[in-house]
Amino acid sequence: MCLTCGCGSDDVRVSLPGSSEPSHLHDHGHEHGHEHGHEHETLVLEERLLAKNDHLAEHVRAFLAVRRMTAVNLMSSPGSGKTSLLERTIAELGDGQPVYVVEGDQETSFDAERIERAGARAVQVNTGSGCHLDAGMVGRSLRALDPVPGSLLFVENVGNLVCPALFDVGEHARTVVISVTEGDDKPLKYPTMFASADLVVVNKIDLLPHVDFDLRRLEDQARSLNRDVTVLALSVRTGEHVRDWYAWLSSLAAHHEERTAAERREEGEPHGAAVGP
Amino acid sequence: MHELALTESLVGRVADRTVGRRVTAVHVRVGLLSGVVPEAMELCFDVATAGGPLAGATLVIERVPGRIACRACGARSPAEDLVLVCPCGSADVEVVSGRELTLSRVEVLREASCA
Repeated sequence: MCLTCGCGSDDVRVSLPGSSEPSHLHDHGHEHGHEHGHEHETLVLEERLLAKNDHLAEHVRAFLAVRRMTAVNLMSSPGSGKTSLLERTIAELGDGQPVYVVEGDQETSFDAERIERAGARAVQVNTGSGCHLDAGMVGRSLRALDPVPGSLLFVENVGNLVCPALFDVGEHARTVVISVTEGDDKPLKYPTMFASADLVVVNKIDLLPHVDFDLRRLEDQARSLNRDVTVLALSVRTGEHVRDWYAWLSSLAAHHEERTAAERREEGEPHGAAVGP
Repeated sequence: MHELALTESLVGRVADRTVGRRVTAVHVRVGLLSGVVPEAMELCFDVATAGGPLAGATLVIERVPGRIACRACGARSPAEDLVLVCPCGSADVEVVSGRELTLSRVEVLREASCA
Protein backbone atom coordinates (compact mmCIF):
# COMPACT_ATOMS: atom_id res chain seq x y z
CA MET A 1 0.00 0.00 0.00
CA CYS A 2 1.16 3.49 -0.66
CA LEU A 3 1.30 5.42 2.57
CA THR A 4 2.66 8.51 0.94
CA CYS A 5 0.09 10.15 -1.27
CA GLY A 6 -3.13 8.26 -0.74
CA CYS A 7 -3.31 6.99 -4.29
CA GLY A 8 -4.72 3.75 -2.94
CA SER A 9 -2.11 1.51 -4.35
CA ASP A 10 1.57 1.03 -4.83
CA ASP A 11 1.06 -0.58 -8.20
CA VAL A 12 0.29 2.64 -10.05
CA ARG A 13 2.07 2.84 -13.39
CA VAL A 14 2.53 5.79 -15.72
CA SER A 15 3.51 5.03 -19.28
CA LEU A 16 3.61 6.55 -22.72
CA PRO A 17 2.06 4.32 -25.40
CA GLY A 18 4.76 2.13 -26.91
CA SER A 19 7.12 2.45 -23.96
CA SER A 20 7.75 -0.73 -22.03
CA GLU A 21 9.12 0.90 -18.92
CA PRO A 22 6.27 2.00 -16.68
CA SER A 23 7.43 3.58 -13.49
CA HIS A 24 6.03 3.83 -10.01
CA LEU A 25 4.81 7.23 -9.03
CA HIS A 26 6.45 7.82 -5.70
CA ASP A 27 9.58 7.77 -3.71
CA HIS A 28 9.06 6.00 -0.47
CA GLY A 29 10.78 6.24 2.83
CA HIS A 30 9.29 5.34 6.15
CA GLU A 31 10.87 5.09 9.52
CA HIS A 32 9.30 2.70 11.90
CA GLY A 33 8.46 3.26 15.51
CA HIS A 34 10.16 1.86 18.52
CA GLU A 35 8.73 1.40 21.97
CA HIS A 36 9.23 3.48 25.04
CA GLY A 37 6.82 3.95 27.84
CA HIS A 38 4.06 4.90 29.01
CA GLU A 39 2.11 8.10 29.48
CA HIS A 40 -0.44 9.51 27.02
CA GLU A 41 0.20 12.69 25.16
CA THR A 42 -2.02 14.46 22.63
CA LEU A 43 -0.56 15.98 19.48
CA VAL A 44 -2.89 18.57 17.99
CA LEU A 45 -2.47 18.52 14.19
CA GLU A 46 -5.59 20.09 12.60
CA GLU A 47 -4.61 19.20 9.05
CA ARG A 48 -6.90 18.64 6.10
CA LEU A 49 -6.88 14.99 5.07
CA LEU A 50 -6.50 16.02 1.44
CA ALA A 51 -3.79 18.59 2.17
CA LYS A 52 -1.08 16.73 0.29
CA ASN A 53 -3.21 16.15 -2.80
CA ASP A 54 -4.44 19.75 -2.77
CA HIS A 55 -0.86 20.99 -2.48
CA LEU A 56 0.18 18.89 -5.47
CA ALA A 57 -2.87 20.15 -7.38
CA GLU A 58 -1.63 23.72 -6.88
CA HIS A 59 1.73 22.65 -8.33
CA VAL A 60 -0.10 21.26 -11.36
CA ARG A 61 -1.99 24.53 -11.78
CA ALA A 62 1.25 26.50 -11.51
CA PHE A 63 2.79 24.36 -14.26
CA LEU A 64 -0.29 24.86 -16.44
CA ALA A 65 -0.20 28.62 -15.82
CA VAL A 66 3.40 28.91 -17.00
CA ARG A 67 2.49 27.08 -20.21
CA ARG A 68 -0.78 28.99 -20.60
CA MET A 69 -2.72 25.72 -20.67
CA THR A 70 -6.33 24.92 -19.85
CA ALA A 71 -7.16 21.63 -18.14
CA VAL A 72 -10.45 19.75 -17.98
CA ASN A 73 -11.07 16.79 -15.68
CA LEU A 74 -13.45 14.35 -17.43
CA MET A 75 -15.34 12.00 -15.15
CA SER A 76 -18.06 9.43 -15.78
CA SER A 77 -19.13 5.82 -15.45
CA PRO A 78 -17.27 3.36 -17.68
CA GLY A 79 -18.71 3.35 -21.19
CA SER A 80 -20.34 6.80 -21.26
CA GLY A 81 -18.17 7.88 -24.19
CA LYS A 82 -15.36 9.96 -22.68
CA THR A 83 -12.69 8.55 -24.96
CA SER A 84 -14.94 8.79 -28.02
CA LEU A 85 -15.69 12.41 -27.17
CA LEU A 86 -11.97 13.11 -26.98
CA GLU A 87 -11.24 11.29 -30.26
CA ARG A 88 -13.83 13.38 -32.05
CA THR A 89 -12.65 16.56 -30.34
CA ILE A 90 -9.02 15.97 -31.30
CA ALA A 91 -9.96 15.26 -34.91
CA GLU A 92 -12.28 18.25 -35.23
CA LEU A 93 -10.18 20.83 -33.39
CA GLY A 94 -7.35 19.83 -35.72
CA ASP A 95 -3.78 21.05 -35.75
CA GLY A 96 -4.69 24.57 -34.66
CA GLN A 97 -5.31 23.43 -31.09
CA PRO A 98 -2.74 21.06 -29.59
CA VAL A 99 -4.36 18.59 -27.19
CA TYR A 100 -2.81 16.36 -24.54
CA VAL A 101 -4.59 13.62 -22.63
CA VAL A 102 -3.88 11.89 -19.34
CA GLU A 103 -5.72 8.58 -19.48
CA GLY A 104 -6.66 6.88 -16.22
CA ASP A 105 -7.68 3.24 -16.14
CA GLN A 106 -7.04 0.44 -13.72
CA GLU A 107 -5.37 -1.61 -16.44
CA THR A 108 -4.39 -1.53 -20.14
CA SER A 109 -3.26 1.30 -22.36
CA PHE A 110 -6.15 0.88 -24.83
CA ASP A 111 -7.40 4.43 -24.34
CA ALA A 112 -4.03 6.15 -24.62
CA GLU A 113 -3.47 4.23 -27.87
CA ARG A 114 -6.87 5.39 -29.17
CA ILE A 115 -5.99 9.00 -28.33
CA GLU A 116 -2.63 8.75 -30.10
CA ARG A 117 -4.31 7.26 -33.16
CA ALA A 118 -6.70 10.22 -33.10
CA GLY A 119 -3.70 12.53 -33.31
CA ALA A 120 -2.92 13.79 -29.80
CA ARG A 121 -0.20 12.94 -27.32
CA ALA A 122 -1.37 10.82 -24.41
CA VAL A 123 0.01 9.28 -21.28
CA GLN A 124 -1.61 6.28 -19.66
CA VAL A 125 -1.88 6.03 -15.89
CA ASN A 126 -2.77 2.55 -14.67
CA THR A 127 -4.01 2.81 -11.14
CA GLY A 128 -4.02 -0.93 -10.39
CA SER A 129 -6.61 -1.30 -7.67
CA GLY A 130 -6.99 2.50 -7.37
CA CYS A 131 -10.33 4.00 -8.32
CA HIS A 132 -9.36 7.58 -9.25
CA LEU A 133 -6.53 9.81 -10.43
CA ASP A 134 -4.89 12.19 -7.99
CA ALA A 135 -2.84 15.35 -8.43
CA GLY A 136 0.48 13.53 -8.00
CA MET A 137 -0.30 11.24 -10.93
CA VAL A 138 -1.32 14.14 -13.14
CA GLY A 139 1.81 16.12 -12.21
CA ARG A 140 3.97 13.16 -13.12
CA SER A 141 2.06 12.70 -16.38
CA LEU A 142 2.55 16.35 -17.32
CA ARG A 143 6.29 16.00 -16.90
CA ALA A 144 6.20 12.97 -19.21
CA LEU A 145 4.08 14.80 -21.81
CA ASP A 146 6.07 18.06 -21.76
CA PRO A 147 3.19 19.91 -23.49
CA VAL A 148 3.63 22.92 -25.76
CA PRO A 149 2.39 26.30 -24.50
CA GLY A 150 -1.22 27.19 -25.18
CA SER A 151 -2.39 23.59 -25.38
CA LEU A 152 -5.46 21.93 -23.95
CA LEU A 153 -5.13 19.15 -21.36
CA PHE A 154 -7.83 16.56 -20.75
CA VAL A 155 -7.59 14.31 -17.73
CA GLU A 156 -9.76 11.30 -18.47
CA ASN A 157 -10.37 9.98 -15.00
CA VAL A 158 -10.95 6.36 -14.00
CA GLY A 159 -14.53 5.42 -14.92
CA ASN A 160 -16.60 5.70 -11.76
CA LEU A 161 -19.06 8.28 -10.47
CA VAL A 162 -17.91 8.21 -6.85
CA CYS A 163 -14.21 8.38 -6.03
CA PRO A 164 -12.78 10.87 -8.57
CA ALA A 165 -15.08 13.60 -7.21
CA LEU A 166 -12.98 13.98 -4.09
CA PHE A 167 -9.61 14.56 -5.72
CA ASP A 168 -8.55 17.87 -7.20
CA VAL A 169 -6.11 17.02 -10.00
CA GLY A 170 -5.22 20.63 -10.77
CA GLU A 171 -7.96 21.09 -13.37
CA HIS A 172 -9.67 24.36 -14.25
CA ALA A 173 -13.05 22.76 -14.87
CA ARG A 174 -14.80 19.49 -14.17
CA THR A 175 -16.95 17.76 -16.73
CA VAL A 176 -19.19 14.80 -15.96
CA VAL A 177 -20.18 12.74 -19.00
CA ILE A 178 -23.34 10.67 -18.75
CA SER A 179 -24.98 8.68 -21.52
CA VAL A 180 -28.74 8.34 -21.95
CA THR A 181 -28.54 4.58 -21.47
CA GLU A 182 -27.43 5.10 -17.87
CA GLY A 183 -30.70 6.67 -16.69
CA ASP A 184 -31.79 10.21 -15.84
CA ASP A 185 -31.63 9.72 -12.06
CA LYS A 186 -27.85 9.60 -11.74
CA PRO A 187 -27.30 13.11 -10.28
CA LEU A 188 -29.21 12.35 -7.10
CA LYS A 189 -27.68 8.88 -6.87
CA TYR A 190 -24.15 10.30 -7.15
CA PRO A 191 -24.58 13.77 -5.68
CA THR A 192 -20.96 14.48 -4.74
CA MET A 193 -19.87 14.00 -8.34
CA PHE A 194 -22.59 16.17 -9.86
CA ALA A 195 -22.35 18.83 -7.15
CA SER A 196 -18.72 19.46 -8.08
CA ALA A 197 -19.23 19.55 -11.88
CA ASP A 198 -18.96 22.70 -13.98
CA LEU A 199 -20.40 20.94 -17.01
CA VAL A 200 -22.56 17.86 -17.53
CA VAL A 201 -22.37 16.36 -21.03
CA VAL A 202 -25.29 14.07 -21.86
CA ASN A 203 -24.00 11.76 -24.59
CA LYS A 204 -25.66 9.30 -26.99
CA ILE A 205 -28.78 11.40 -27.58
CA ASP A 206 -29.13 9.56 -30.91
CA LEU A 207 -30.42 6.68 -28.74
CA LEU A 208 -33.16 8.76 -27.08
CA PRO A 209 -35.96 7.21 -29.18
CA HIS A 210 -35.01 3.79 -27.79
CA VAL A 211 -34.62 4.49 -24.06
CA ASP A 212 -36.64 6.04 -21.25
CA PHE A 213 -34.50 9.02 -20.49
CA ASP A 214 -35.99 12.36 -19.50
CA LEU A 215 -33.42 15.04 -20.26
CA ARG A 216 -35.40 17.62 -18.30
CA ARG A 217 -35.39 15.39 -15.21
CA LEU A 218 -31.63 14.96 -15.41
CA GLU A 219 -31.15 18.71 -15.77
CA ASP A 220 -33.44 19.45 -12.82
CA GLN A 221 -31.60 16.98 -10.63
CA ALA A 222 -28.20 18.30 -11.66
CA ARG A 223 -29.28 21.90 -10.97
CA SER A 224 -30.76 20.95 -7.59
CA LEU A 225 -27.22 19.96 -6.59
CA ASN A 226 -25.41 22.70 -8.41
CA ARG A 227 -27.44 25.61 -9.68
CA ASP A 228 -24.64 27.01 -11.86
CA VAL A 229 -23.94 23.80 -13.78
CA THR A 230 -24.09 23.85 -17.59
CA VAL A 231 -25.79 20.88 -19.26
CA LEU A 232 -25.07 20.01 -22.91
CA ALA A 233 -26.86 17.16 -24.70
CA LEU A 234 -25.07 15.76 -27.73
CA SER A 235 -24.16 12.67 -29.70
CA VAL A 236 -20.50 11.93 -30.23
CA ARG A 237 -21.44 9.26 -32.77
CA THR A 238 -23.58 11.45 -35.05
CA GLY A 239 -21.96 14.77 -34.17
CA GLU A 240 -25.29 16.36 -33.21
CA HIS A 241 -24.72 19.40 -30.98
CA VAL A 242 -21.03 18.58 -30.53
CA ARG A 243 -20.35 22.17 -31.54
CA ASP A 244 -21.82 23.28 -28.19
CA TRP A 245 -19.02 21.37 -26.49
CA TYR A 246 -16.38 23.11 -28.58
CA ALA A 247 -17.97 26.46 -27.77
CA TRP A 248 -17.89 25.63 -24.06
CA LEU A 249 -14.21 24.60 -24.31
CA SER A 250 -13.29 27.75 -26.14
CA SER A 251 -15.11 29.98 -23.68
CA LEU A 252 -13.46 28.13 -20.77
CA ALA A 253 -10.02 28.67 -22.33
CA ALA A 254 -10.74 32.35 -22.99
CA HIS A 255 -12.08 32.91 -19.48
CA HIS A 256 -9.15 31.08 -17.97
CA GLU A 257 -6.59 32.96 -20.06
CA GLU A 258 -8.11 36.26 -19.01
CA ARG A 259 -7.97 35.29 -15.35
CA THR A 260 -4.38 34.08 -15.59
CA ALA A 261 -3.35 37.32 -17.29
CA ALA A 262 -5.04 39.34 -14.55
CA GLU A 263 -3.27 37.31 -11.85
CA ARG A 264 0.07 37.87 -13.57
CA ARG A 265 -0.50 41.59 -13.72
CA GLU A 266 -1.31 41.54 -10.01
CA GLU A 267 1.69 39.45 -9.07
CA GLY A 268 4.06 41.11 -11.50
CA GLU A 269 5.58 37.79 -12.52
CA PRO A 270 4.59 34.25 -13.46
CA HIS A 271 4.38 31.31 -11.05
CA GLY A 272 7.23 28.81 -10.71
CA ALA A 273 7.50 26.27 -13.49
CA ALA A 274 8.07 23.07 -11.55
CA VAL A 275 5.51 20.37 -10.98
CA GLY A 276 6.08 18.55 -7.73
CA PRO A 277 6.69 19.33 -4.11
CA MET B 1 -13.30 2.99 -2.74
CA HIS B 2 -11.85 6.44 -2.12
CA GLU B 3 -12.10 5.93 1.64
CA LEU B 4 -9.24 3.44 1.38
CA ALA B 5 -6.99 5.91 -0.43
CA LEU B 6 -7.93 8.63 2.00
CA THR B 7 -7.35 6.43 5.04
CA GLU B 8 -4.00 5.21 3.72
CA SER B 9 -2.99 8.81 3.21
CA LEU B 10 -4.13 9.62 6.76
CA VAL B 11 -2.17 6.70 8.21
CA GLY B 12 0.93 7.71 6.26
CA ARG B 13 0.66 11.29 7.45
CA VAL B 14 0.24 10.27 11.07
CA ALA B 15 3.17 7.85 10.79
CA ASP B 16 5.36 10.65 9.43
CA ARG B 17 4.37 12.97 12.26
CA THR B 18 4.85 10.39 15.03
CA VAL B 19 8.04 8.62 14.01
CA GLY B 20 9.32 6.47 16.84
CA ARG B 21 6.25 6.88 19.01
CA ARG B 22 3.43 4.49 19.77
CA VAL B 23 0.15 5.89 18.47
CA THR B 24 -2.89 4.83 20.47
CA ALA B 25 -5.64 6.90 18.83
CA VAL B 26 -6.19 9.03 15.73
CA HIS B 27 -8.98 11.62 15.84
CA VAL B 28 -10.55 12.90 12.61
CA ARG B 29 -13.52 15.08 11.72
CA VAL B 30 -15.63 13.91 8.78
CA GLY B 31 -18.35 16.19 7.46
CA LEU B 32 -21.51 14.41 6.42
CA LEU B 33 -21.56 16.37 3.12
CA SER B 34 -17.93 15.51 2.30
CA GLY B 35 -18.61 12.46 0.16
CA VAL B 36 -16.75 10.25 2.60
CA VAL B 37 -18.54 7.46 4.47
CA PRO B 38 -17.27 7.32 8.08
CA GLU B 39 -18.07 3.61 8.45
CA ALA B 40 -16.01 2.84 5.35
CA MET B 41 -13.08 4.78 6.82
CA GLU B 42 -13.34 2.77 10.03
CA LEU B 43 -13.22 -0.43 8.04
CA CYS B 44 -10.24 0.78 6.01
CA PHE B 45 -8.32 1.98 9.04
CA ASP B 46 -7.68 -1.55 10.33
CA VAL B 47 -6.51 -2.61 6.87
CA ALA B 48 -4.32 0.45 6.42
CA THR B 49 -2.65 0.16 9.83
CA ALA B 50 -2.10 -3.62 9.88
CA GLY B 51 1.56 -4.53 10.22
CA GLY B 52 2.70 -0.90 10.22
CA PRO B 53 3.77 1.60 12.86
CA LEU B 54 0.14 2.44 13.70
CA ALA B 55 -0.96 -1.17 14.22
CA GLY B 56 -3.38 -1.38 17.13
CA ALA B 57 -4.29 2.32 17.10
CA THR B 58 -7.95 3.34 17.28
CA LEU B 59 -9.65 5.65 14.79
CA VAL B 60 -12.07 8.09 16.43
CA ILE B 61 -14.38 9.86 13.97
CA GLU B 62 -16.28 12.99 14.89
CA ARG B 63 -19.19 13.24 12.44
CA VAL B 64 -19.94 16.85 11.56
CA PRO B 65 -23.53 17.47 10.46
CA GLY B 66 -24.20 19.63 7.42
CA ARG B 67 -25.33 23.22 7.99
CA ILE B 68 -26.16 25.89 5.45
CA ALA B 69 -26.59 29.66 5.61
CA CYS B 70 -29.13 31.23 3.26
CA ARG B 71 -27.99 34.31 1.35
CA ALA B 72 -31.61 35.26 0.66
CA CYS B 73 -33.16 35.17 4.14
CA GLY B 74 -30.08 34.87 6.33
CA ALA B 75 -31.33 31.78 8.19
CA ARG B 76 -29.09 28.91 9.15
CA SER B 77 -30.47 25.42 8.83
CA PRO B 78 -29.39 21.78 8.84
CA ALA B 79 -28.50 20.09 5.53
CA GLU B 80 -29.14 16.36 5.37
CA ASP B 81 -27.80 15.88 1.85
CA LEU B 82 -26.25 17.71 -1.09
CA VAL B 83 -29.56 19.10 -2.35
CA LEU B 84 -28.93 22.37 -0.58
CA VAL B 85 -32.11 24.35 -0.19
CA CYS B 86 -33.09 26.73 2.61
CA PRO B 87 -36.51 26.11 4.20
CA CYS B 88 -37.47 29.53 2.68
CA GLY B 89 -37.13 27.91 -0.75
CA SER B 90 -33.93 29.62 -1.85
CA ALA B 91 -31.09 27.56 -3.25
CA ASP B 92 -28.69 30.48 -2.87
CA VAL B 93 -26.99 29.01 0.17
CA GLU B 94 -23.52 28.61 1.55
CA VAL B 95 -22.31 25.47 3.30
CA VAL B 96 -21.05 26.51 6.74
CA SER B 97 -20.22 23.01 7.95
CA GLY B 98 -20.33 19.43 6.80
CA ARG B 99 -17.50 19.42 4.27
CA GLU B 100 -14.74 18.80 6.87
CA LEU B 101 -12.11 16.14 6.29
CA THR B 102 -9.63 16.92 9.02
CA LEU B 103 -6.96 15.11 11.01
CA SER B 104 -7.56 16.86 14.31
CA ARG B 105 -5.26 15.17 16.81
CA VAL B 106 -3.30 12.07 17.66
CA GLU B 107 -2.76 10.37 21.00
CA VAL B 108 0.66 8.86 21.58
CA LEU B 109 2.48 7.27 24.47
CA ARG B 110 4.91 9.72 25.99
CA GLU B 111 8.47 8.47 25.83
CA ALA B 112 10.63 8.04 28.92
CA SER B 113 13.67 8.49 26.74
CA CYS B 114 14.49 8.28 23.09
CA ALA B 115 17.74 6.62 22.16
